[in-house]
Amino acid sequence: MGALVMSKAITIDGKSVSFIDGQTIMDAALAAGVYIPHLCHNPEFEPHGNCKLCIVSVNGRNMTACTMPAAEDMVVASNTPELDSDRQALVQMLFVEGNHICPACEASGNCQLQAAAYYLKMLSPHFMHFYPPREVDASHPDIFLDLNRCILCELCVRASREVDGKNVFGISGRGIGTHLVVNAASGRLGDTNFAVTDRAAQVCPTGAILIKRQGYKIPIGQRTFDHKKISEVQMEPVKRTEPEHE
Amino acid sequence: MNEKRKIRVATCSLAGCFGCHMSLLDIDEKLFDLLGVIEFDRTPFTDIKHCGPCDIGIVEGGVSNAENVHVLKEFRENCKVLVAIGACAITGGVPALRNNIDLWDCFQEVYLYEGGLEGNQIPNDPELPLPFDKVYPIYEVVKVDYFLPGCPPSADTIWKFLTDLIEGREPKLDYEMLHYD
Amino acid sequence: MEPHEFPHIEQQLAPVFERHGCEANQLLKILREVQEIFHFVPPAAITCVASHLGVPRTQVEGVAGFYFFLSLKSVGKYRLLFSDNVTDQMQGNPELMQYFCHKLWLEPGKVSEDNLLSVDSTSCTGMCDQGPAALVNGWPLTNLDRDRLDLIAELIHDKKPVCDWPSMLFEVKDNIRRAGTLLGEPFKPGAAIRATLDRGSAATLMEMEASGLRGRGGAGFSVARKWSLCRAAAGDHHYIVCNADEGEPGTFKDRVLLNSYADLICEGMTVGARIVGATQGFLYLRGEYRHLLKKLEEVLARRRATGLLGRSILGETGFDFDIEIHLGAGSYICGEESALIESLEGKRGRPRNRPPFPVTHGYLDQPTVVDNVETLACAARIALQGGEWFAAIGTTQSTGSKILSIAGDCARPGIYEYPFGITLHEILGDCGAEDPYAVQVSGPSGTLVSSKEFDRRISFEDLPTAGAFTVFKRGRDILQVVQNFAHFFAHESCGFCTPCRVGTQLQKKIVDKITHGHGTVYDLEELKHVGHIMQSMSHCGLGHTAANPVLDMLEKFPDAYEHKLKNFAFEPVFDLDGALETARNITGRDDAWAHLS
Ligand SMILES: Cc1cc2nc3c(=O)[nH]c(=O)nc-3n(C[C@H](O)[C@H](O)[C@H](O)COP(=O)(O)O)c2cc1C
Ligand code: SF4
Ligand code: SF4
Ligand code: SF4
Ligand code: FES
Ligand code: FES
Repeated sequence: MGALVMSKAITIDGKSVSFIDGQTIMDAALAAGVYIPHLCHNPEFEPHGNCKLCIVSVNGRNMTACTMPAAEDMVVASNTPELDSDRQALVQMLFVEGNHICPACEASGNCQLQAAAYYLKMLSPHFMHFYPPREVDASHPDIFLDLNRCILCELCVRASREVDGKNVFGISGRGIGTHLVVNAASGRLGDTNFAVTDRAAQVCPTGAILIKRQGYKIPIGQRTFDHKKISEVQMEPVKRTEPEHE
Repeated sequence: MNEKRKIRVATCSLAGCFGCHMSLLDIDEKLFDLLGVIEFDRTPFTDIKHCGPCDIGIVEGGVSNAENVHVLKEFRENCKVLVAIGACAITGGVPALRNNIDLWDCFQEVYLYEGGLEGNQIPNDPELPLPFDKVYPIYEVVKVDYFLPGCPPSADTIWKFLTDLIEGREPKLDYEMLHYD
Repeated sequence: MEPHEFPHIEQQLAPVFERHGCEANQLLKILREVQEIFHFVPPAAITCVASHLGVPRTQVEGVAGFYFFLSLKSVGKYRLLFSDNVTDQMQGNPELMQYFCHKLWLEPGKVSEDNLLSVDSTSCTGMCDQGPAALVNGWPLTNLDRDRLDLIAELIHDKKPVCDWPSMLFEVKDNIRRAGTLLGEPFKPGAAIRATLDRGSAATLMEMEASGLRGRGGAGFSVARKWSLCRAAAGDHHYIVCNADEGEPGTFKDRVLLNSYADLICEGMTVGARIVGATQGFLYLRGEYRHLLKKLEEVLARRRATGLLGRSILGETGFDFDIEIHLGAGSYICGEESALIESLEGKRGRPRNRPPFPVTHGYLDQPTVVDNVETLACAARIALQGGEWFAAIGTTQSTGSKILSIAGDCARPGIYEYPFGITLHEILGDCGAEDPYAVQVSGPSGTLVSSKEFDRRISFEDLPTAGAFTVFKRGRDILQVVQNFAHFFAHESCGFCTPCRVGTQLQKKIVDKITHGHGTVYDLEELKHVGHIMQSMSHCGLGHTAANPVLDMLEKFPDAYEHKLKNFAFEPVFDLDGALETARNITGRDDAWAHLS
C-alpha cells in the first residue's frame, strides 16, 4: 500500500499523522481523521488562511494549519483549552462584526459559523456589537445575498473563480470596511451571470448566500448541526474522497 | 442541611417576546420541584413591581429603551447572580433587526404615514419609554454572570441550567442544549 | 453633485493605457491616473479598465477600494489630507484642520457641494520634523499654520492648479543633525559596483557576511543570508526590491536617504542585483513621497547615461540591470514585504501566506529580495569599504550605524546617525529633549519606553528600531498618544484576517471609551484579552504588534489611565444618554425619563 511513500509524519496532539510533501498540516490532519477547527478552509479550493480558527501551536509557535506545509518532526498541539479559548474569541469577533440574528436566519442549524460556536461552547458574543449597516441583495431570481452574515471567508470567491470560471465575487474595501463585491457595475447580484447551479452558490458556510424558496424546507431542530457537531460533519466529505492508496 | 433558606429568584422581560418565560413555564410538573427550593421575587408571574434583594435575576430581552435600563440596573443592583436568557438578551435578537433602520424612518412609518396610528402625530408622553437608536444586548449595559442562549432555550435546558446553578454547580449544557435559535 | 456620466471614458483613458500597456500588474498605476483624471474611480472606469486588462471587474474594484489615495466616491478637485501622526497632533494639526474646515464650511471626510474640495486626515506623512503637515493631491505641505491655510484656501478658491502654488508651501528639508559613516562620508557613484565587479559576486557576498549587516526595515534579518537564499533559488528571473514604503509613523529617514543619497541606494540595489542575479529592480516609493519621484527618475536617467544602469553595466557584458519606480497609494501594510510584492503586481496589498517566502517565490512568483532603503545604502558602503570596516562599528550583534528619525518634544528634530549601542540618554541629550518622560522607539509597532529605561541601548539585542524615535516630555498625555496609535492600526489593518480586522477596531473603541472617562478595570482586562488575541492569532506583523502601545502603557504608565477610570466594576459599552438623543429629537422630549446618566 502507500506505507512506503507516506513515510513522513508529524504529531498532532500526541497522535502520529503521516503526510506527503506538499500537504498542509490541515490536509494531513483531515486525511488522518484528526479535526482541527476551521471555517474558511474547504479542501476543494485553494487554501486561504484568513479566519485563523485553524491556528495550531507548532513546536511552541502559532501557525495557520490550512496554509502551513507539514514538515517532518512538527509537534502540533491543536486541541488545547488555550487554543480553543482563543478560537472562541475569534468566533465571537465574527459574530459582533456582522449582524447575526440566528433566530431570524434561514441558515440557522446549517450554519458553520454557528456550529463552530457551538463546538467551542460559545455562550455569548462577549464583545461589543458593531451593528454595521450592511446590504441585502435580493435582485437575483434564485439567490439572496445577505452581507449582514458574510464572514469574508472568500469561499464563494474561490469557488466562482476556480470551479465555475466566472469570478462573480471579489473583495473590496480594507480593514473593517472590507466587504464582498459582485461582478456588475450596478453592484447587484442579479446583473451578474451567477447561476444557482454554480458551485459558488453552495459553498457559503453561513447564511450570506441563500438559495431562494428553500427556506424552511427542513425544520429547525432537524438540521445538520442540531444533533451533529461540526467536527463530525466537516470530516465527512473528506473521508469519502480519501484516496484508496497513494 | 434541612430548613434551607429558599433561593430567591426574580425574572423580567425587556425587549423580548416572553418566549423565554413561556419556556420556563414549560418545565411543567418539574416546576413544582423547583418551587420547593426557590421562591419568586419580581416576575411576570407575581405582581411584585420592583426587584428586591435576590439570589438570582433572570433577564429576558434586549435593551431597547430607557425604561429597560432602569429595570436592568435594578436587577443588577439587587441580584447576586444575573443571568441573560435567550437570544434577545444575549445579542439583541429579533428586535435588533431594527438596528439597520433609521429611527426616524421607524417613527415616520409607524406614526406619520397613511395607515399609521395615533392620527399622524409622534407621541411625546413622558410616560412612554423612550427608544434607543438601537437595540443592545444586556451585557453591554450591565455585567452579566451567566448566559443561557436559545430562542427560546428549551424547558429542559432551562431546567438543567437552573438546577446546576441552584445546587452550586457551574452550569453545563450538553451539545444539543446549546442553541442560538 | 457627483458626476456620474462618462460618455467619453474610452477616449479619456486611451493615453493611460497607451502609457502602461495592458498587463494586469499595471492595474495600480492605471488606477492612480484614473483617480487623477476624475478625482475618483468611477464605476464606468472600473468597467473600462477591467475590460482593457482582461481582468474581472471585482479585481479592479477590489484594488480601487483598498488604497486610501484611491476612492470610489468623488473627493473633489482638491483633496487636502492632514497628517494625523501623534507629532502632527502635538503640533496642533487637529485644530488646524478644524480651522480650515470651519473657514470653508466643510465637514471632514465630505466633499464640498461644488465638488471642488474635500478634507480628511491621513496616516503619518513622514514630515514629523517639519510638521504640522498635510498632502494636497498627494503633494506634501509642511510647517502648516493658520496663515498658510488662509493662503491655501485662497488658492483653492481661485482654482489655481497645485503645480502653480508657491513653492515655499512645499519646502521639505533634510534636517540632518548628526552624520556618521553612512551619511557623512563622500561617495562616488559607480565605486561600489566597480569594487563588486573587481572582487566578484561570491567574494562580495562574503563581505556582506563579514559585515554582519542586518535589515534596517525592522525584522533585522541577515542580508548575506537573504541574498544567498535568493541567489541559490531557481527561477526564470530574479528581482531585487527597495522597500521605500516608510509607513511606520514617526519614521522619515528613508525620505532623506531618497532625497540626498539616491545614488547610494541605487548602487546598493545594483550590487545586490549582481549578487542574486537580478536584471530588474523595483523601488517601491510610498505615495506620500511622490514629491521625490521626479528627482529619483532623474538619478536613474543619469545612471543609465553613465553606464551604471541598463545594459552591460560598467562595460561588463551580461551585467544588465535596471530599476523601475512604483508609487504606492496610501497603505501602511504595503511596507510588509509580501504585501508590497502584491502591490507591485497591481493587487490589493494583503500579506501572503508564508512559506513560500519572497526569496524563492516573490514578484511574479520568482526569487525576490526585498530590502529597506537604509539596508541597501549600507550594502553599497560595504561593497566598497569591506565587511570588516563595517563590523568594527556598533556592537557585535548589531554592526554598523543606525539612522534615527527624531521628532516630538525636542529642540532639534531631524536625522541622527549613531553607531549601534547608543543609549537613549545620549540621544535625548543630543536632540535637546527637555524633561523627557517617554520615547516611542520604532513607531507604534515598536516599544514605548519610560524614563526609567533611558539607559537602554539602540540595538537588535536590546531596543531594536526601524528608525522612529518620538519624544514625549513630562506632562504629555500618554493615553492620548496610545489612542492615536490605536486609531492608526484600526485605519491601516488590511482586513484580511479576523483577529486584526476586528481586534484593532475593538482596541480602538475600548481606548476611546477610557479616554472619554467611561472606562473601568474591566476595560483594561478587555484590552489585554484583545491584545493577546491579536498577538497570537494574526496573520502578519501588523496584527502581531498592533497591541504593543496599549500593552506597554498598561504595564509602564499606570498614571496615564488610572485617574481616568470610573470607580465601578463595569460601565456600559455605549453612551446611554447619547443613544437616546435621536429619539429625543424626534419626539421633542426633554423630561427626566428622556435621559439616562
Ligand atoms: C506592517 C509592516 C510594515 C512594514 N513597513 C516597512 C517599511 O515601511 N519599510 C521597510 O523597509 N520595511 C517594512 N516592514 C518590514 C518588511 O516586511 C521587511 O522585513 C523589510 O522590508 C525587509 O528589509 P530589510 O531586511 O532590509 O529590513 C514592514 C513590516 C510590517 C509587518
Ligand atoms: S449566518 Fe449563521 S451565525 Fe449568522 S445569523 Fe445565520 S445562523 Fe446565525
Ligand atoms: S458570502 Fe459566504 S462564502 Fe462568500 S465570503 Fe461571505 S461568508 Fe464566505
Ligand atoms: S494582521 Fe492585519 S494587516 Fe496583517 S493580514 Fe491580518 S488583517 Fe491584514
Ligand atoms: S481555516 Fe485556516 S485560517 Fe480559516
Ligand atoms: S425573548 Fe427569548 S429569545 Fe427573544
